[in-house]
Amino acid sequence: MTIAEVGRARLRKEDAHLITGRSRYTDNMTLPGMLHLAMVRSPFAHAKITSIDASAAKSSPGVVAVLTGADVAAQQGSLPNAWPITPEQKAPAHPAIAVDAVAFAGEVVACIIARSAAAARDAVELVDVSYEELPVVLDLEEALKDEVLAHPDLGTNKSATWIFDSGEAGTGKAISEALEGAEVLIERTFYQQRLIPAFMEPRSTVVDPTGEQITVWSATQIPHILRLMLALTLGIPESKVRVIAPDVGGGFGGKLQVTPEEAITVLAARHTGKPCKYTETRSESLMAAHHGRAQVQKVKLSATKEGIVTGLDVHLLADMGAYLGLVTSGVPILGAFMYNSIYKFPAYRFECTNLFTNKAWTDAYRGAGRPEATFAIERLMDELAVELGIDPLEVRKKNWITHEEFPFTTVAGLEYDSGNYEAATAKAVELFGYDELRAEQALRREANDPVQLGIGISTFTEMCGLAPSRVLGALSYAAGGWEHAQVRVLPTGNIEVVTGSSAHGQGHETAWSQLVADRLGVPFENVEVLHGDTQTSQRGLDTYGSRSLTVGGMAVLAAADKVIEKAKVVAAHMMEASEEDIEFTEGKFSVKGTDQSTALGEIAFAAFSAHNLPDGFEPNLDSDATFDPQNFSFPHGTHLAAMEVDTETGQVTIRKYVCVDDVGVVVNPLIVEGQVHGGLAQGIAQALYEEAVHDDAGTLVTGSFVDYLVPSAPDLPHFTTARTETPSTTNQLGAKGVGEAGTIASTPAIVNGVLDAVRHLGVTDIKMPCTPSRVWAALEEAKTTGGVQ
Amino acid sequence: MIPSAFDYAAPATVAEALGVLADAGDDVKLLAGGQSLIPVMKLRLADPAMVVDLGRIGELSGVRDDGDALLIGAMTTHHQIATDPLIAEHVPLLAKAAATVADPQVRHRGTFGGALVHADPAGDMPAPVLAADATFILAGPNGERRVAAADFFQGYFTTAVDDGEILTHVRVPKYAGWGAHYEKFTRVAQQWSIVAVAAMVRVDGGTIAEVRIGLTNMASTPLRATAVEQALVGAPLTRESIATASAHAAEGTDPASDLNGDAAYRRHLAEVLTKRAVIAAAGL
Ligand SMILES: Cc1cc2nc3c(=O)[nH]c(=O)nc-3n(C[C@H](O)[C@H](O)[C@H](O)COP(=O)(O)OP(=O)(O)OC[C@H]3O[C@@H](n4cnc5c(N)ncnc54)[C@H](O)[C@@H]3O)c2cc1C
Repeated sequence: MTIAEVGRARLRKEDAHLITGRSRYTDNMTLPGMLHLAMVRSPFAHAKITSIDASAAKSSPGVVAVLTGADVAAQQGSLPNAWPITPEQKAPAHPAIAVDAVAFAGEVVACIIARSAAAARDAVELVDVSYEELPVVLDLEEALKDEVLAHPDLGTNKSATWIFDSGEAGTGKAISEALEGAEVLIERTFYQQRLIPAFMEPRSTVVDPTGEQITVWSATQIPHILRLMLALTLGIPESKVRVIAPDVGGGFGGKLQVTPEEAITVLAARHTGKPCKYTETRSESLMAAHHGRAQVQKVKLSATKEGIVTGLDVHLLADMGAYLGLVTSGVPILGAFMYNSIYKFPAYRFECTNLFTNKAWTDAYRGAGRPEATFAIERLMDELAVELGIDPLEVRKKNWITHEEFPFTTVAGLEYDSGNYEAATAKAVELFGYDELRAEQALRREANDPVQLGIGISTFTEMCGLAPSRVLGALSYAAGGWEHAQVRVLPTGNIEVVTGSSAHGQGHETAWSQLVADRLGVPFENVEVLHGDTQTSQRGLDTYGSRSLTVGGMAVLAAADKVIEKAKVVAAHMMEASEEDIEFTEGKFSVKGTDQSTALGEIAFAAFSAHNLPDGFEPNLDSDATFDPQNFSFPHGTHLAAMEVDTETGQVTIRKYVCVDDVGVVVNPLIVEGQVHGGLAQGIAQALYEEAVHDDAGTLVTGSFVDYLVPSAPDLPHFTTARTETPSTTNQLGAKGVGEAGTIASTPAIVNGVLDAVRHLGVTDIKMPCTPSRVWAALEEAKTTGGVQ
Repeated sequence: MIPSAFDYAAPATVAEALGVLADAGDDVKLLAGGQSLIPVMKLRLADPAMVVDLGRIGELSGVRDDGDALLIGAMTTHHQIATDPLIAEHVPLLAKAAATVADPQVRHRGTFGGALVHADPAGDMPAPVLAADATFILAGPNGERRVAAADFFQGYFTTAVDDGEILTHVRVPKYAGWGAHYEKFTRVAQQWSIVAVAAMVRVDGGTIAEVRIGLTNMASTPLRATAVEQALVGAPLTRESIATASAHAAEGTDPASDLNGDAAYRRHLAEVLTKRAVIAAAGL
């Protein structure tokens, strides 16, 4: 009897090479005759380029060429935005190398091509660029006024306005009714600070132009999309481009992009006819790779005196930064469907204005739109609880969808297939020791303890998969949301799984091996997972949006099922039985009611030798499948944080963190836990530590890790993670996404906890990140305004 | 992150190093652990024509008993300071402060002397050394000179070390029978001090007999919290008297404002952290 692979906490097979230095990142690539690039970047956030004198750089030792925007204007095209959210959406042209003007500090104005990285770097200093500085617009409220324009040619800072109205959509009532008749109205403004994805491996690209195809190695999450987009942007036939994503050291959405630097490396390689490499420095990465979040949320929530929510009105200002990247404009829209979260709101309206500013452009960052939405609603649920003087858990219970009510069509128009919020919450409350901590909180308040205790609650759900294709089409996203897989049976019976998902730390090699080992009844070790090369994995839509298992993994299972069907035909032929009589269990094909059987390996060899196959049977068992789910998957969970606030210093400490996530059926609990831990760290980072700060001129002040504070292990508590398992009904395994769960839920849990600790002292809000100085300032202000209610 | 090209020398003795310095002109930098110098060179905020590596000069490393004081070599690493038995016995304040510097990797490379000459206002070693009333021994073209800690730190990243000079040793008096504590305030575990307080206290029969307090990052140089020291000497050893005295901690300070907090917040922190540091040093 073999042990079921699905559900088994296997160590990740890819870790052996990743953690012993046998990895191959893009920057490890060295090709004969390879040249090195360095970028000259604008120090100004907004300026006209009046002239560029590259003569000194060109004659610097080792320099082969210098490319300016003018040099490549005819070839470079405009970098793609794949999500025009409205037909009228405005967007500036986005050249990889700026031609006439720059719109953020860090934008590339020239590229040095040299024989060594050091020679390229030295020559950067020698390029003399004359700028005429222009006024900058950095703040969203300022941008809205259209007084200073990020792109004067555009005539406005407004890129697009996108509205969802449940009254008009027929998914609920009109919001106006709810707001007018409100017994309780909570009105708040929340600031989602700008964040930097801060993946561990900086971006890097190597391009070899010397073969029939241009080969591009890149530290990307999206080799397939990159291939298509590079071809379209640079006017190269798609068939002439091969993209390889070798080992990739994290992405978090930050490598879900078609970057100027990738395009420039292709241009440089074509210009010189030689392989070219560009690897950014950490400073460049922080300054010029896309950022995330950066929204102002003006929200109104109406409710009855009993705490039943009657309506939610959301007005969003979303910072695009200087350009529209691949999905920049769509990120707030991904949030639009999640503001109602796990709740049954009768009326909902969402309006978002996408605005340009003179900062690095924003785009997908872990959770993309959904963390922002969840933060706002979970903060509001706490505010409602305070307003009514009831327990915040109670308010949530009054409003959430109960488990009997699934499938449930929400006021935002999504159909949630399954969920059990009661079960997850009950488990979390028990693990947390909710009542004991509430009792301790009361004691500390009474004793006026300098260290106060707060309890932060957050429940969440999200839409994962970024599938179905037709829904994405309805939202004007340019691509689909399917995924492709191929399962190949080698003559020895070993299996190769080719996946269109592109792992960059998630553990697909292990999880996909488990899936296939189970389905085909072969040992885990006999399965090899291949990915990240458009020549091997020809079709795919890559990895983002917690989609890999629920979409890509299901394609793998579908392909494996086809292998079984093919093998049955051969097995029947070999054992002289009819196909209907062949049964497949644990890797063996047997004839019903007999002890006759044959193993997959024997069938594979028979198919390979092809000496004796049924007439017309193609001599192999290999199978392809493409899976396009009918619906998103909707993981959910309840997170509880016990927060200590030192009222003397404002220092915040996480004393206890409990999360119960429901990600449906789990293939590998260890990987799920890893995803949750990493997600929690990033969500906690938004709540307490990280913020991209610019000065008045638009220069990034948090330009290194000295100032952009990414927490590390000692800053995080021991996490208590647990699960409930409510299978998804939208895929055959019952799995749901897990990659973004921790990030989405933890930010509001932490901030709610901080506020709960100091609310009795008169503090009602603290902007993220809740730094000690901000917490202390809030306490001081509450003292002077006598804010204690 | 590639620095500009530079020449490199690795002398084996202090005398040899002084010779190299004398020949090299003014565009030269000494390299100790490189934990501050190399980052600024990689960012091209510094581009010396020559780097003189002190790493091969054995005489600059280690801690020696020197009668009523310890003699600490400039190239002694933070890790050595944090774990050295002589320091633990006679000036534990230094060990406690060194243990808060960065992470194990940085503590194994970064040096005591490098940190002191670098004189980062947020650096953790200057304030304890100032509180301990150490003496700096500098070797130069005209021989050796000694500088008191009070005169050593002259401004933002500026010390009494002249061009052509090398800090060879720091002489730190022994503090037998004193309690010590370094109270460092940061937002994340691995960070320079937002504010920190170094305190040494000698208690005699229920009263505070002697006290020395150094403040980190409350001005462009480390400072002594003189007003607090004065208020504490002879005061009863109680939390109340320490709290009252600590209210003077921000007097005479001039802290910067940055992303971690403005000057008012730092002044407030100085008071709270001084109270905590003294309480801990006194073993209350
Ligand atoms: C990631 C990281 C985190 C850090 N965190 C902290 C922290 O929390 N607290 C803290 O205090 N520090 C911190 N540091 C700095 C660390 O303590 C450095 O080691 C120290 O500041 C410099 O020491 P060094 O030996 O590396 O000197 P170097 O970088 O080699 O030199 C620093 C300067 O001193 C000069 N110099 C060095 N030795 C001599 C000498 N003997 N005579 C004359 N001039 C000399 C050099 O020319 C140079 O200008 C951190 C550093 C890093 C990289």
